Amino acid sequence: MLDRDEDILKAAENWTKAGHGVALATVVETWGSAPRPAGSSLVINDDGTFLGSVSGGCVEGAVVTEALDVIASGQPKMLEFGVADETAWNVGLSCGGTIRVFVEKVGNS
Amino acid sequence: MKQHTLAELNSERAARRAVIVITNVSNGDQRLVKAADIAADPLHVELDRQLRMGKSGMIEVGGEKLFLNVYAPTARLVIVGAVHISQALAPLAQSLGYDVFVVDPRTAFASPERFPDVPLFADWPDVALPPLNVDRYTAFVALTHDPKIDDPALLHALSRECFYIGALGSRKTHGKRLDRLKAQGASDEVLARIHAPIGLAIGAVSPSEIAVSIMAEITAVLRLPAEMRPRAKSAA
Repeated sequence: MLDRDEDILKAAENWTKAGHGVALATVVETWGSAPRPAGSSLVINDDGTFLGSVSGGCVEGAVVTEALDVIASGQPKMLEFGVADETAWNVGLSCGGTIRVFVEKVGNS
Repeated sequence: MKQHTLAELNSERAARRAVIVITNVSNGDQRLVKAADIAADPLHVELDRQLRMGKSGMIEVGGEKLFLNVYAPTARLVIVGAVHISQALAPLAQSLGYDVFVVDPRTAFASPERFPDVPLFADWPDVALPPLNVDRYTAFVALTHDPKIDDPALLHALSRECFYIGALGSRKTHGKRLDRLKAQGASDEVLARIHAPIGLAIGAVSPSEIAVSIMAEITAVLRLPAEMRPRAKSAA
């Protein structure tokens, strides 16, 4: 109820109206000491501009890269991030938790 | 997310109405449920639970994983009475994430020195309250002990859907207050919405402790179904 994570969705709406390709990345599951709770989100446009956060800085770069693919393909993707050396990712969460991030395109298709 | 879903989500949030977006994470299927439509939804039990806790999360229904993303408005606390308890209550509520507003027509009480960082309205309730748009995500407390200020403020709150209404004063003071409000046309049923004496019975003595007991009661009403809430002072 006390969410202050406002207005990035408003930015996403404005970007789509301006003709940008836009993706929405949302933390959907967390285990252990995840830095941001389920529901936290990040929006990205086809310039690579992003707003919001899913991890407090650890994995945003990788999420943005994946989001650009999702904007291009239109296919949603589930990403999972754990500690760096236990996953295929070259980025990870230093806090030791695991998060799952759902990335979807914003659009009419 | 479809563009029109995003637009609808944003317009509901701008109007301070709660919304839940349900996403099937295996195929991306998505739908939006407005707070007003939850009772009629097949997932109403799950939706109601998540909304009450203000928490997003994954559920499994018929082997499908669904993510429920809860968008609830920021809760507000309207405090009528810029009194000593309010000086402790305002920063406590802010630390819990509430947007806090203080109303008191007595300018000596409602001074920025006494309430740094809190929006102050040094006006009578009939002038100050309507623009604050007291709604179902607002908790409302009347703390002046002065019927001239508290009574009209409570009548205003009772005419709105705030999730919590509380008033300071002993059982005896509250009894007299109920008589006065009834004389002004409020029904017993409506008046039963007022939590008085205000706060949970935790033996609070100082203004700060009373503020804690008030915020504890507000939290219980916000988060727990009625049958699970701790006993209020009035029921003790």
